Amino acid sequence: MNNLPIDAALKILVIDEDPIRRAILEAGLRESGYANVVHVETTTGLLDQVYRIDPEVILIALENPSRDVLEQMFQVSRIVRRPIAMFVDQSDRGTIEAAVDAGVSAYIVGGLQKERVKHILDLCISRFNAFARLQDELDRTKSALDARKVIDRAKGILMQAKGLSEEQAYALLRKTAMNEKRKIAEVAQSVITAAELLR
Amino acid sequence: MSAPAKLRIGYIPLADAAALIVAVDKGFAAAEHLDIELVREVSWSNVRDKLNIGLFDAAHLLAPVAIASSLGLGHVKVSILAPFVLAGNGNAITVSPPLFAALAGAAGGDITSPIVSARALAHTVAARRAKGQEPLTLGMTFPFSNHNYQLRFWMAAGGVDPDEDVRLVVLPPPYMVDSLAKGHVDGFCVGAPWNSLAVDIGVGRILHFGSEIIARAAEKVLAVRAAWAGDHPDIVTRLIRALERAAQFVADPANGDGVAELVAARVGVTAELIRRTLEGRLKVAPDGGTRTDARYLLVGREGAARPHPVQAAWAYAQMVRWGQAPMSADLLAAAQAVFRPDLYDAVAGSPTATARVPEDGVGAFAGPAFAPADIAGHLSSWTIKRPG
Repeated sequence: MNNLPIDAALKILVIDEDPIRRAILEAGLRESGYANVVHVETTTGLLDQVYRIDPEVILIALENPSRDVLEQMFQVSRIVRRPIAMFVDQSDRGTIEAAVDAGVSAYIVGGLQKERVKHILDLCISRFNAFARLQDELDRTKSALDARKVIDRAKGILMQAKGLSEEQAYALLRKTAMNEKRKIAEVAQSVITAAELLR
Repeated sequence: MSAPAKLRIGYIPLADAAALIVAVDKGFAAAEHLDIELVREVSWSNVRDKLNIGLFDAAHLLAPVAIASSLGLGHVKVSILAPFVLAGNGNAITVSPPLFAALAGAAGGDITSPIVSARALAHTVAARRAKGQEPLTLGMTFPFSNHNYQLRFWMAAGGVDPDEDVRLVVLPPPYMVDSLAKGHVDGFCVGAPWNSLAVDIGVGRILHFGSEIIARAAEKVLAVRAAWAGDHPDIVTRLIRALERAAQFVADPANGDGVAELVAARVGVTAELIRRTLEGRLKVAPDGGTRTDARYLLVGREGAARPHPVQAAWAYAQMVRWGQAPMSADLLAAAQAVFRPDLYDAVAGSPTATARVPEDGVGAFAGPAFAPADIAGHLSSWTIKRPG
């Protein structure tokens, strides 16, 4: 256990309602040696939960409306146990931009040196970006699958209506797409729409 | 004509974004060769940060956030300019039926008067404390917001200390109604359409319009970075012109239906609700009682689009009163400099006789007239405040 970073005990709270992304981030933090990573199950009564958990670092997804709730912790108030500050500094501009771009924001307990937290935020940014790429790929795969289904249906329609073979039907779709400078899936969709109209 | 300027503008789906929505969706922006992408956001923190780092060129923003950003309160200091007030007023205080009943029972007069209701709140708070009950919890949308300041101003006038006697919590507006229904909060101050939604489903009762607390508050501004505005003076001018025409379009009762439909489509509520909101004709009680105040939400009307530095000074005074900012002449000057009537006037002309602004620019229901030149003196007239 000697190779743990000195900040292994830092209590890190993750607020993200996307369970997969949250799991990816938590795993990443643990792999890097941060043993004390927790999350909340719901954002109801978030402030009370945060005070109970009493974290030193809070990571929150920007798509979570409860981010505004955290802003209240900057305020001087009798219920604040420890002052929390946003991870901002005029000199941190690059990091802040990278974080907002990745869709995440960080808050730290006042007095905690920013250098100690930078590594955590960098890790968070890279995991969020990796997740976004994954999501993108998933979306692309899904739309490719959808396109495949549309093309198959259009082929079937053409085969039946024009007495073509499957190969000929596909060639016809491809030629039309090239002539009209459109995607094959778009032409296929037109065929399906037309067939439905003419039915 | 050159290619239109592409702009990304962040906004929160609220009725008080009407002028911005109409400018984009009704073609006023396109007429100024502005190609605007309206980006819907979920939190004011996001709008602020994305504006600050340049992901947005401009934003529909809480006026106090524009000021806080320029003063460097709570986060990175970025100078923001507000050349156009998208909406004046528009908030309301809504309470749960049980709290309303308690206030009505404790009221020593007409409860529609804010001083009567605020004193009734003081009685209710004391009675709960005597019985050993939990303090009341009230929701608002952001620490730097008129919702926060109006709620605090109102209760403090009745003798309730907002930091000691009740719990004030930030709640994202989409969660307000649900929190009231579940009893997580006893009331809230929020913008339209959320108060009306609480009334419509029978979980809340509108106690006061924000305009009854403060007759004229700059609620949402069009915010741009000062540096960006300096680099793009021509775009700023075109933006103001597009918004001014849109605001005039919104203000014309003849366009009521069309405006309500455009805004409703972006905000995600019925056009009828938006129409009632823009006309200041709100159902206040689940049993059907209504209240009308033409100043409830001011978009374009009564000269509401013109930024008045005195209203920025009032917001700064609230920050000082509640311990969010230190008192200093420099900060006051910086706060007032956020509001740029000169940029507005250069496009829209000088204010006309229809621009009805209260004598002190604010028109609070209690206390002495607001005096921006002597905020420390003004605040000394209040006993409930944080030590400055």
